[in-house]
Amino acid sequence: MRLHLAVFACGLRRYSTYRAATFAGLVTNSVFGLINATILLAVFAARPEVNGYDATDAVTQVFLAQALLAPVAAFGPPLGLGERVRSGEVAVDLLRPAHLAPWWLAHDLGRSAFSLLFRSLPTFAVGALVFTLRLPQGPAHWGMAAVSVALAMLVGFALRYLYALAGFWLLDTRGVNTAAALLGSFCSGLLLPLAFFPDLLGSSLRLLPWASMVQVPADVFLGKEGVLGGPLGGLALQAAWAAALLWLCAALTARATRRVVVQGG
Amino acid sequence: MSPIIEAQDLGREFTVSSGRPLRRVRRTVTAVRDVTFSVASGEIVGYLGPNGAGKSTTMKMLTGILRPSRGRLRVTGLEPSRQRTRLAGRIGVVFGQRTTLWWDLPLRDSLALTRHLYRVPAADHARRLAELTELLELGPFLATPVRQLSLGQRMRGDLTAALLHAPRLLVLDEPTIGLDVVSKSTIREFLLRLNSEQGTTILLTTHDLGDVERLCRRVMVIDHGRLAFDGDLSALRATAPSPRTLIVDLTAPAPPIEVAGATATRVEGPRQWLELSANPAEVIAAVSATHRIADLMLREPEIEDVVARLYRRERTASLGKDG
Ligand SMILES: Nc1ncnc2c1ncn2[C@@H]1O[C@H](COP(=O)(O)OP(=O)(O)O)[C@@H](O)[C@H]1O
Ligand SMILES: [Mg+2]
Repeated sequence: MRLHLAVFACGLRRYSTYRAATFAGLVTNSVFGLINATILLAVFAARPEVNGYDATDAVTQVFLAQALLAPVAAFGPPLGLGERVRSGEVAVDLLRPAHLAPWWLAHDLGRSAFSLLFRSLPTFAVGALVFTLRLPQGPAHWGMAAVSVALAMLVGFALRYLYALAGFWLLDTRGVNTAAALLGSFCSGLLLPLAFFPDLLGSSLRLLPWASMVQVPADVFLGKEGVLGGPLGGLALQAAWAAALLWLCAALTARATRRVVVQGG
Repeated sequence: MSPIIEAQDLGREFTVSSGRPLRRVRRTVTAVRDVTFSVASGEIVGYLGPNGAGKSTTMKMLTGILRPSRGRLRVTGLEPSRQRTRLAGRIGVVFGQRTTLWWDLPLRDSLALTRHLYRVPAADHARRLAELTELLELGPFLATPVRQLSLGQRMRGDLTAALLHAPRLLVLDEPTIGLDVVSKSTIREFLLRLNSEQGTTILLTTHDLGDVERLCRRVMVIDHGRLAFDGDLSALRATAPSPRTLIVDLTAPAPPIEVAGATATRVEGPRQWLELSANPAEVIAAVSATHRIADLMLREPEIEDVVARLYRRERTASLGKDG
């Protein structure tokens, strides 16, 4: 545990050295948030409600999505592990007396924690300054929203870790990463809120793991029904995916490292 | 005392496929075959061989990141590929072309992390870090982000990271590759001290023969995956005796010198290299009878020549066997 706290701290400090990139990311998120929100407001000028979402819900989801983009990395970038497998650098990771998955989890949570503070909060604040956003009601609701964001980060990590593990079999994960970025941005509700999809499609997509990174946390934050009935149902869905995917990470790591062929001298 | 490394009939094959999809050609490459050796506690052993000989593959198997295709392997009593994580706690490993350090963070941060990684008591860690900082002169760049370090500084940082938990065995794959002369010599002197003062066993691969001459009492030579030699340096010289070279500086350029007992192997302006097969005194007398000599130098065979000869011999022997 101590080790993983230390790795978490290294991950956090590591990203804090990328100041310019963080600022550029923050600007991009805010600008995209403003553009998307303006477009949605134009849609909502014609009709007051879409699938139970009003204009404020929609604009709030837009900024939630932009804010979550960096910490959950639904759209990428991939975990550094994939590139390390390709280059053989993973040898160094395997030479540590520590298990691979918890090490990378701690590292990536350091990264997410950093971007949560320095990208998500400012992005959301920009939205709140320009538009009226819907906020959770009361401490219990705020608490659930916070847990939901934390679970979203776990799911985001687990998915990217699994994509990277594919490298042990495929060696080159660039194809996987492209597919993952497409799936991630579409199925998570990042590109377009799943709430605006036709009912059956929208609720099916919500059950898939990608939705647990953006749409489900947005449902919890906005206090929407979601698919499993309210915020607690949403949290249960996220927790189930996080547990299942992390278990899969651990199980596949054991297999991958047994058949590992470390590249390069 | 039981050996710290025991390898018996160790072998590793790789399947490589080449060509386009659908027309893939699969081929088996044997990187290491029938390698048997053992290393006792306290030794410094050089593992030499040309590029592609199988050095790194052997090191990967020893450290548990690659599973042998065949053979038996024990390192500090453990079976590396099955007990990799446990073994990692007992040994120190540096792959010269890779780093375990955090690229964006000050060197100090990566070194601090090893305390938790290897569960070293804080006081021991601080003491060893102070020691290593002094020996490897890390002081000036402890606070520098690793990506800004020179290769030599980074290598000293990596060595420190591998040694803070006081491992009994240090495995180094090309530790001096790409380093300048000063860094090389700092690292060599450090390794000698580590071995003599703390009894750390060191196994290193290199194709820098300076490393070998300075560090290794014992060398193993691997060629085409096979162990071609295992013994001490002087025995290696005796196995593949190499001629001495007489370097002659003439007063003016001349065609290659032809005298009994020597063959000119290289001519550069007035300087000629003569490979000796007879007594140097006789050759010098013969040369001075026909040429005006400005200067003379007698060069002992270098370990490089010896190893090159050993490879050539191995190759002709195996050709003979196969053909
Ligand atoms: N992952 C791999 N896949 C296929 N062939 C490999 C792999 N690793 C090493 N080899 C082959 O095994 C042989 C030995 O390689 P290596 O142990 O890296 O040599 P050295 O370190 O002595 O230069 C080479 O022919 C190399 O091409
Ligand atoms: Mg090598």
